[in-house]
Amino acid sequence: MAVLVDKNTRLIVQGITGREGTFHAKGCAEYGTNVVGGVTPGKGGTTHEGWPVFNTVEEAVKATGANVSMIFVPPPAAADGILEATDAGLPLVVCITEGIPVLDMVKVWEVVKRSKSRFIGPNCPGVISPGKAKVGIMPGRIHKEGNVGIVSRSGTLTYEAVYQLTTRGIGQSTAIGIGGDPIIGTTHIDALRLLNDDPETEAIIMIGEIGGTNEEKAAEFIKANVRKPVVGFIAGQTAPPGRRMGHAGAIISGGEGTAESKMKAMTEAGIHVVKSPAEIGERMAQVLGKA
Amino acid sequence: MKIHEYQAKEILRKYGVPVPAGEMATTIEEADAAAKQLFSAGNAVVVVKAQIHAGGRGKGGGVKLAKSMEQAADYSKAILGMQLVTHQTGPQGQKVHRLLIEAGSAIARELYLGLVLDRASSQVVFMASQAGGMEIEEVAHENPDAIYKEYVDPAIGFQPYQARRLAFKLGLEPAQIGEAVRFMMGLYKAFIETDSSLMEINPFITTKDGKLAALDCKINFDDNALFRHKDLKELRDLSEEDPLEVEASKHALNYIKLDGNIACMVNGAGLAMATMDIIQYAGGSPANFLDVGGGANQEQIENAFGILLSDKNVKAIFINIFGGILRVDVLATAVVAAAKKLNVKLPIVLRLEGTNVEEGRKIIELSGLKFQVGATMKEAADLVVTAAKGVK
Repeated sequence: MAVLVDKNTRLIVQGITGREGTFHAKGCAEYGTNVVGGVTPGKGGTTHEGWPVFNTVEEAVKATGANVSMIFVPPPAAADGILEATDAGLPLVVCITEGIPVLDMVKVWEVVKRSKSRFIGPNCPGVISPGKAKVGIMPGRIHKEGNVGIVSRSGTLTYEAVYQLTTRGIGQSTAIGIGGDPIIGTTHIDALRLLNDDPETEAIIMIGEIGGTNEEKAAEFIKANVRKPVVGFIAGQTAPPGRRMGHAGAIISGGEGTAESKMKAMTEAGIHVVKSPAEIGERMAQVLGKA
Repeated sequence: MKIHEYQAKEILRKYGVPVPAGEMATTIEEADAAAKQLFSAGNAVVVVKAQIHAGGRGKGGGVKLAKSMEQAADYSKAILGMQLVTHQTGPQGQKVHRLLIEAGSAIARELYLGLVLDRASSQVVFMASQAGGMEIEEVAHENPDAIYKEYVDPAIGFQPYQARRLAFKLGLEPAQIGEAVRFMMGLYKAFIETDSSLMEINPFITTKDGKLAALDCKINFDDNALFRHKDLKELRDLSEEDPLEVEASKHALNYIKLDGNIACMVNGAGLAMATMDIIQYAGGSPANFLDVGGGANQEQIENAFGILLSDKNVKAIFINIFGGILRVDVLATAVVAAAKKLNVKLPIVLRLEGTNVEEGRKIIELSGLKFQVGATMKEAADLVVTAAKGVK
């Protein structure tokens, strides 16, 4: 079954005529995702790489029956692009763009949280249900169809975890990259809820990093609701406070957001927390009795 | 991006938020002239304040009250150019290049005001506390009820009733409430219009004659929003930043210097953090955080090597690459070429995984360079820790 994206996904790409948009629209299509068109204001009516281009998301949805949008609009206009996608009523909106001003996201989120759309990102690698559909920038070929769900704030660490699973013969149901910004749409808890309710997902990998308190809250949620085994890792155990570690949201400030606090909460919630990123796949194999 | 107190106060002035009269000085002459002007304007006390980005300047001896021209001149001489050590600078301290010469205030009460993004609610939160002059983190830790909070609805912004509520909770006199509301509304406007990520007035003071003022002010800007604030970008003071970090930022490299001796070069922020962690886990100590990004080419790798090699503490280099979209063989070729060009002498341990990894490993093997390749991340971490210990 997987969650969020599958064979029924009809994807449009906002910013499809840009370099990144073109590259990744092709990548998703090559993986087998049904890419139905794109949006670039002013280029409506033209065709790009064989896909119809529309001026507005509304038009694109009407003409193609799209149900997912993937956003590559550059930071100054990305917030507007997110609002346009949710206003057009798309059930799933995934924003890949990195570098959106945080006060733009404060406004956007106020509107998006009341909309019917599920919003993922920004500053995320996207979502993949191996063997079914890929909506994002992750390398499709390292994945394998299967039953482990993944939720992560980091792109490369997700690939790392996926690869460790695949090389052990363990497949994935859906891998959800929720993004490294301080304000994100779908949080760890939201993604965990989806994976917990998915009958195909047997176990879950949760990858977090320093900054904020989302992982602590997710740990509480897991303790109360999740009966599937969860393996967890937190990046940034050696990060100094007050410094932004690459991701806009990866910062320990005011004594909040340390790896120590997150790992403690996760361990107390019964999550199999590994200290080293090299142990994620191995621990999952043990948990599943496949080591 | 961080700015100095004097720059932050300039911004507050523009938004009608009262701050003490003062001038920035980079020389003793400028400092003396500013002090003279303040004394002749009738101020009994002039404050000499070191301008560095770190907090805790007062305790470190970087803030002094002068009651005469002579005293002011002595303090300026002592502070300008000193290596100021505070709890935020580290033991080496930070050199003082600029002073703020300011009129002294007759303080009645020291309070606190702060604006920050609250990640849990995804809203801006306006905070106030009667515990001014203290580290707000300490107050939050020891007595969280002493911090009053108003969450801001982004649709309508911070409202006067919220400012009023904070003002009354701070125990301000009825006659001061109107001014306090104007003060807070001005702060909020400044916060939003400058795309700040943090704004703190600590202390926010009442004076003996009943007035309000921002005695200190700290502002950080959201780096992601600087593209729409060319004027604010110019407030950046490179002398306050680590020279290697400044150099890295010129090449769009995400680099943060740390205290250890094992340099890391990694693609992706999450994996870069995890690489630091695994080095420590293996018994070593990371020299830096470095994310070369997903599209690293030979030029970027060369730039990255250049930065890593400029750090004299570095004894070994750990390159941890997960080839996703970017293929491992392409990266391996770039690493070999860059290492040859720069004649890197330090031990280099690589861990390569992902797309086209076999081809990538072959390129490393045939390079003729003394690279060590770890089969797994753990093995590579062990190798690099051993290598760093072997280098005198």
